[in-house]
Amino acid sequence: MNEVILSLMTFLPLAGVILLLFIPSGNHTLLRGFTLAVTVVTFIVSIPLVTGFVTNAEYQFVQSVPWIHAGPFKMNYKVGIDGISLWLVMLTTFIMPIAVLSTWTAVTEKVKGYMACLLLLQVGMLGAFISLDLFLFYIFWEVMLIPMYFIIGIWGGKNRIYAAVKFFIYTMVGSLLMLVALIALYFKGLNAGMTDFSLVNFFGLNLDPATQTWMFLAFALAFAIKVPMFPLHTWLPDAHTEAPTAGSVILAAVLLKMGTYGYVRFAIPLFPDAMDRFTPLIATLSVIGVIYASLVAMVQEDVKKLVAYSSVAHLGFVMLGVFALNQMGLQGGMLQMLNHGVSTGALFLIVGFIYERRHTRLITDFGGLAKQMPIFATIFMIVTFSSIGLPGTNGFVGEFLVLLGAFESKLRWYTIIASSGVILSAVYMLWMFQRVMFGKLDNPKNQKLEDLNGREIAIMLPLVFLIFFMGFNPTPFTKTMAPALDKVIAMSRKAPAPAPQAIQMMPQGAIPEGMPQQSQPVEMPQGHPAMPTGKPAGHP
Amino acid sequence: MENIVIPAINLAVIAPEVILSLFALALLLINVFVKSESKAYLGYLSIGGIIVSLFSAVSGWGCPAEAFSGTVVQDNFAIFFKVVFLISAAMSILITDKYLERENCNHGEIYPLILFSTVGMMFMASGTDMMTIFLGLELLSVSLYVLAGFNRNSIKSNESGLKYFLLGSFSTGFLVYGMALTYGATGTTKLAKIASYVAQTGMNSSNLLLLVGMLMMATGFAFKIAAAPFHMWTPDVYEGAPTPVTAFMSVGPKAAGFAAFLRVFIVALPALKPEWTWLLWGLAVLTMTVGNITALYQQNIKRMLAYSSIAHAGYVLVGFTAGNAVGTAGILFYMLSYAFMNIGAFAIIILVGKKGEENNNVSDYAGFGYKHPMLGVAMCIFLFSLAGIPPAAGFIGKFYLFSGAIQAGYIWLAVIGVLNSAASVYYYLRVMVFMYFKDPTEEFSWVKLTPAFALCLIIAVAGVMIPGVLPGVFLELAQKALFM
Repeated sequence: MNEVILSLMTFLPLAGVILLLFIPSGNHTLLRGFTLAVTVVTFIVSIPLVTGFVTNAEYQFVQSVPWIHAGPFKMNYKVGIDGISLWLVMLTTFIMPIAVLSTWTAVTEKVKGYMACLLLLQVGMLGAFISLDLFLFYIFWEVMLIPMYFIIGIWGGKNRIYAAVKFFIYTMVGSLLMLVALIALYFKGLNAGMTDFSLVNFFGLNLDPATQTWMFLAFALAFAIKVPMFPLHTWLPDAHTEAPTAGSVILAAVLLKMGTYGYVRFAIPLFPDAMDRFTPLIATLSVIGVIYASLVAMVQEDVKKLVAYSSVAHLGFVMLGVFALNQMGLQGGMLQMLNHGVSTGALFLIVGFIYERRHTRLITDFGGLAKQMPIFATIFMIVTFSSIGLPGTNGFVGEFLVLLGAFESKLRWYTIIASSGVILSAVYMLWMFQRVMFGKLDNPKNQKLEDLNGREIAIMLPLVFLIFFMGFNPTPFTKTMAPALDKVIAMSRKAPAPAPQAIQMMPQGAIPEGMPQQSQPVEMPQGHPAMPTGKPAGHP
Repeated sequence: MENIVIPAINLAVIAPEVILSLFALALLLINVFVKSESKAYLGYLSIGGIIVSLFSAVSGWGCPAEAFSGTVVQDNFAIFFKVVFLISAAMSILITDKYLERENCNHGEIYPLILFSTVGMMFMASGTDMMTIFLGLELLSVSLYVLAGFNRNSIKSNESGLKYFLLGSFSTGFLVYGMALTYGATGTTKLAKIASYVAQTGMNSSNLLLLVGMLMMATGFAFKIAAAPFHMWTPDVYEGAPTPVTAFMSVGPKAAGFAAFLRVFIVALPALKPEWTWLLWGLAVLTMTVGNITALYQQNIKRMLAYSSIAHAGYVLVGFTAGNAVGTAGILFYMLSYAFMNIGAFAIIILVGKKGEENNNVSDYAGFGYKHPMLGVAMCIFLFSLAGIPPAAGFIGKFYLFSGAIQAGYIWLAVIGVLNSAASVYYYLRVMVFMYFKDPTEEFSWVKLTPAFALCLIIAVAGVMIPGVLPGVFLELAQKALFM
């Protein structure tokens, strides 16, 4: 049973799409209800992943089926999760029902297509997170683009065509170059005795520094576009602003994580030496991203654009934590990925609520909403605090760990500059909150606004719960991630190949495929402080 | 006096060609003697002939044989290509009848012409002597000249036929001159003997006769596959020709050109490989770039697909440049999947088009996806496959072609290829932008899906999706079809 959970979870939405075709297009309620049911069932199917997860660094729930065996190529349908992907998978299955619920009244045209796109998107996202075969990963990574392209292009705002095409082409350029690097890497591995596209095989490769540099650049570009990192972020504000609410929520909560996940899962362990050399560059870009995006967010007139830029800033923090490459930094980065998914997802939902009511997102059109919509105000405030990283909310734990970890690494000076981003985030979020929620309720249109209805509260409650749960009790998350992340750290400190001419397989790659117990026991680097929980000292 | 030995005539080897020729001749007669307004029955008969020929061709899989003193062979390579030709001919015939009726030029001769050109292509793929290849090419070309100008009431179609005739015969001149020079240098027209003679005498590129012969043959073939800078005829001919003919022309003859190109260069001229590799490298880069960049600016969808087909010839040349098993298997796989995706796309174009080749602009597709959801989805599948996005066959094909180049060490060629591929996404997406992101301005009430069209589209969608998701079998077949 354990073997098929991942596949079941991933392809359930696909089955949902096929059944969706038989529902009459006019019956919107049934279409929505059915899609909601599919996503909820998918979430339920994914729960055993958490309950059955054994906290160690190994891939679990592994399933491997031969797929393409032709000529020199051997690709398997090989899926599995470890501590890194577990929570991202859970985030995806968790956010999907919320996204579907949010479309109840927001999308009234072409509902069938919209629901089909959402479900297809879920297939792509889950598939990318669980792939343990690099070719399979690439397929899912590309497949994700298609439904998102249609979601932005069909159901988006005024400038949707531009945003959709830009989104597609930006991502495409990066991923195609990654494909070239991937193929080149495979052939190098083939010469060294590798047999298939399985991820662990690639980890066993010992590449010389020059090769690593090129490969890393190609992989890093693809992921940097997806994150997105400054200066490749320009597609994001467009895509976010034009996308319908559910699209923005999924884009922020899950799709952007593909980039940071790509670094943790692929770029860092595969090319440790190149990574080491490019860390200053990436850290610089991350810091610029944090500061620049915060400053730009501050002057936005459109709430949604503001949230979009805040995304760029948050992901700059994530990248900083990841590239600190110590336990705290990486755990913080990973946790911040989840936090960002929850809190920014929630922010986009909130923006969606007011947009549905007023059909505007300009800050100047609002003011004093708190009096008219008290429940909305409360939830909005909680989410804002989470986004800023107030203690007690999830944002604090992640940001704190990132800063602490990065400060202790060689990125100390970057951290000092980046920490001003924490203050800036408070400035732009609170200023926006103040202008929207407080002040005089003088716009007559705002005086008739209705507070959140039951459905909307039901959407927000799980998110609010998670904000506090992860804020007060991050240990379950960090504890399960820790072994897998330690393995990444260990791999990132792998010595580069001594001689540039030959690539050899390290012994760990010679372990037979398809075995879940293939990873070496993780050894903590010497002299590293033991941090079993990752919870900062003195935290509630 | 020496006895004249009559070579063994092994008709079984050319059975597929013979069957198809007989069908074509019979159809010509039937067309004359049967008075009928509708010519659809001729189409169905020719499809019957294609199916018989297909079975006959496939039955030879794995049993290499030769005939006519080794001027024609039956090997897996030829059979694989024959399957591609026959499939593309059958799919094009499925979409022909309705188009001809709409354009008021319902003449039955089109079906025998398609069959004859298919026979020509089959000889190009199975010929192992420059003469057989040349004869096949002529049979193909002459039929195609007529096909391109088939709609004789239309000025554009006439122009297309004439243009194709002039430039085509010019390029054939190059080819045959190249063949003559090669014969002059080596004293034989048999591909294998050329190679052994060159190897024996240690001839290399310093032999001017052979080098110029190779260059001229490359020019001739480059014309046929529409590689830049010999592509100028393509957009005009493709735009003017009747759309089913365009669909057919963009797939079958191109594949035939590649089949002959591959066989002549790999079998006969391995000694010049360093020279022709760089030649192909340049051709590939130029073809991809010119095709894609020009396609970005096209408003007419037939012209756009014409330039896109130039770009696709460039991708295939990347696999050719690689010159290894992966790249060559990639060519075979790609030609097969290209047949499905391109003819599928042209089928939709015929459905959307109106009498007199109207309604062929990309902007005419506004909202089409909503008025005909199934056709819209099918078009998206074809376009995504053309753009090389998984899980469509076009992606696997490109993956193989570029892998071949990377394996052979042409990393930059692969990089240029994928960047081109990324640029091409823009113009394929543009069609979808109109189909889905713009509101419909028309009802598209004239778009009627006949059973023949439906069958063609189902075959096309299956042919794009099945090798896309489960490419293993098809790649294995392509691998087995290599003669290297």
